[in-house]
Amino acid sequence: MKHILAVLVENKPGALTRVSGLFSRRGFNIENIAVGETLTPGISRMTITVEGSETLIEQVMKQLHKLINVIRVSNLSAEPSVMRELMLIKVRAEVGNRSDIQQIVETFRGKVVDVSPNSMVIEITGNEEKMEAINLLLEHYGILEIVRTGKVALLRGSKITKEA
Amino acid sequence: MKKKLTKGSVMILSALHKEGVEIVFGFPGGAVLPLYDQLYDDPIKHLLVRHEQAAVHAADGYARVTGKPGVVFATSGPGATNLVTGIANAYMDSVPLVIITGQVPKSFIGTDAFQEADITGITIPVTKHNYLVKNIEELPEILSEAFYIASSGRRGPVLIDVPKDIFDQEAYFDYNCQCDIPGYKPTYKGHVGQVSRAVKAIRDARKPVIFGGGGLIRSEASAALCDLAETAQIPVILSLMGLGAYPGDKPLFLGMPGMHGSVTANYALTEADLIIATGVRFDDRVTGKIESFAKNAKIIHIDIDPAEIGKNVAIDIPIVGDVKLVLEELVRKLRPGDTADWLKQIYTWQEKYPMPLGACSDDKGLKPQFVIRELSRLSGKNTIVATDVGQHQMWSAQHFIVREPCTFLTSGGLGTMGYGFPAAIGAKLAAPDKKVICISGDGSFQMNIQELATAVHNDIDLTIAIINNKYLGMVRQWQDIFYDKRYSYTSMEGSPDFVRVAEAYGAKGLRAANNKEATDAIEQALNTKGPVLIDFIVAPEENVYPMVAPNHPINDIIIGGDQE
Ligand SMILES: Cc1ncc(C[n+]2csc(CCOP(=O)(O)OP(=O)(O)O)c2C)c(N)n1
Ligand SMILES: [Mg+2]
Repeated sequence: MKHILAVLVENKPGALTRVSGLFSRRGFNIENIAVGETLTPGISRMTITVEGSETLIEQVMKQLHKLINVIRVSNLSAEPSVMRELMLIKVRAEVGNRSDIQQIVETFRGKVVDVSPNSMVIEITGNEEKMEAINLLLEHYGILEIVRTGKVALLRGSKITKEA
Repeated sequence: MKKKLTKGSVMILSALHKEGVEIVFGFPGGAVLPLYDQLYDDPIKHLLVRHEQAAVHAADGYARVTGKPGVVFATSGPGATNLVTGIANAYMDSVPLVIITGQVPKSFIGTDAFQEADITGITIPVTKHNYLVKNIEELPEILSEAFYIASSGRRGPVLIDVPKDIFDQEAYFDYNCQCDIPGYKPTYKGHVGQVSRAVKAIRDARKPVIFGGGGLIRSEASAALCDLAETAQIPVILSLMGLGAYPGDKPLFLGMPGMHGSVTANYALTEADLIIATGVRFDDRVTGKIESFAKNAKIIHIDIDPAEIGKNVAIDIPIVGDVKLVLEELVRKLRPGDTADWLKQIYTWQEKYPMPLGACSDDKGLKPQFVIRELSRLSGKNTIVATDVGQHQMWSAQHFIVREPCTFLTSGGLGTMGYGFPAAIGAKLAAPDKKVICISGDGSFQMNIQELATAVHNDIDLTIAIINNKYLGMVRQWQDIFYDKRYSYTSMEGSPDFVRVAEAYGAKGLRAANNKEATDAIEQALNTKGPVLIDFIVAPEENVYPMVAPNHPINDIIIGGDQE
């Protein structure tokens, strides 16, 4: 099963290396990792997607927690949560099929963020299935390049993942 | 008090004073020149080794004996990389160390400057934590954090990499030994509910065993352990790292488990209905085939490191906490069960399966087991043993009677040949009133043989016992058993005459090739001041038994090892 871990880390030099290095060192498979600032200055939040059994995830979480720079580790998959990812897709777009593509983008509630004579850049947010679905449809026109941010997630409701 | 500006090098030495450090182990070089210059006038002692690896092992031996962090200085680049084996060794065995390395000046970092090595990058996987000091203002906090992290929770090595220019820069020095690190809050007190469950499990058990490890020693839990064992009449098994946590000459002691453990310990773990695991991590050398390990037992696991609980073996009653505090709590609430029948069974095994005394016929040479037993008998109490790695290490664990904690120093987790001799030097400096014996092999000793100079120059009073079988014996044993006696590159032919090497360095050298010579040499060495090396010429092809083949159940044990 896939698990999404929220990891709060002190913004210290090497902190990211310590976290990502831990995964390769202990043979855990990271599927995905996204990092950004939190409300608290000096603390970043990493959202890490890992595949594995319950026991493996427990071990991953404990090992992460052992890192001195890691303040908090929580498994968002254990509770109801919302998860999103942002993807930019550069797709071949001739004058003749632009409106077709535009329609697909609208159906997926995406945005066209750049247009050139023979390509468009599309911005799309959502979950894994949505990303795959739109990719499948756009493949038909020729996808030139994609970039994804990696998943981020929050618990549903008013509960938060705090430092302490 | 008015604050005044302090230089980086002065800050480091002041921090050492505040932390009660008496001695530093190290080796100088360009990038630590300013620090060594400061050390020149400082009352803190410094042991100059002949290879940086030895500095870490010596600091490690010192730390294992005193319980206080060992401190190491080394220079950048090759100085720092030479430390890596020692650091990894300390990390695997949870030994508190604070290592300070010089680094190229800040503006040179990342340019492949002369003697630059990314030692913080290199040591991330083998330190509990490490720091690269980026500016002088953060140095005081880093120093206090390093000592705090190394010597609290599950102990471990911490490295601080200091760019050369930082030693000479100045800032206000405010040293606070009490640190608050948001991501580091070890749990010391055991969970009350879990402790109660453990108490009940002990009361209900009919075949309980205590299985203890290095955590008992690091948390000074011996007294609590003895209380538990004796009050509830529960036999005690100790891992290699745990030896000494319970007196090795008491009837309830069953020896070491696992690959070269005692038959009784392995049978007891297999038959037990309750295992009280304390400060152990269920290493593969102990559990054998994991699926068959302790199938009949409920397992209580007490450890300071939550990540060890459930890592290798499923646990019924996990208790995260300081082993000593938790054991004391257990003893307070203890309701002993009835273990009389179980002990009867155990004593039957012990009688039936004593440790083998050697299979090679007498004309093949001295029996290594005899040598270890003589060392144990003649040195008596108040002795610290440091071993190297190989057959001699296992024979030491089997035959040397270890009575007290912190008196059996060995490289357990990493299995580092070359550990024993420098660790023995560190141990002697830590405990000048104790006898110190380094039990080494003809292979291992050559990995840090250069430290004879350190020992002689500093007049370190110790005995070096080389169990000279002319082989990398432990590897040869595996080739003997699993590779059809194809002794591929395990002969130590070409080794020097160790007696003459000792003499060349200015130490005393003795040789023993039969029982009488062995006894005499040991007596003479123990009664001579300064370093004495004894070259014991033993039967080359003696093997260590009992033995459990790797990944076999631990009760599937080859008994062997005695003359027919
Ligand atoms: C640094 C290092 N290299 C290699 C090994 C693998 N190894 C384990 S035991 C051993 C043989 C040690 O020989 P010796 O010191 O003579 O001890 P003996 O087994 O003969 O008692 C070797 C090579 C090791 N443990 N450490
Ligand atoms: Mg040998």
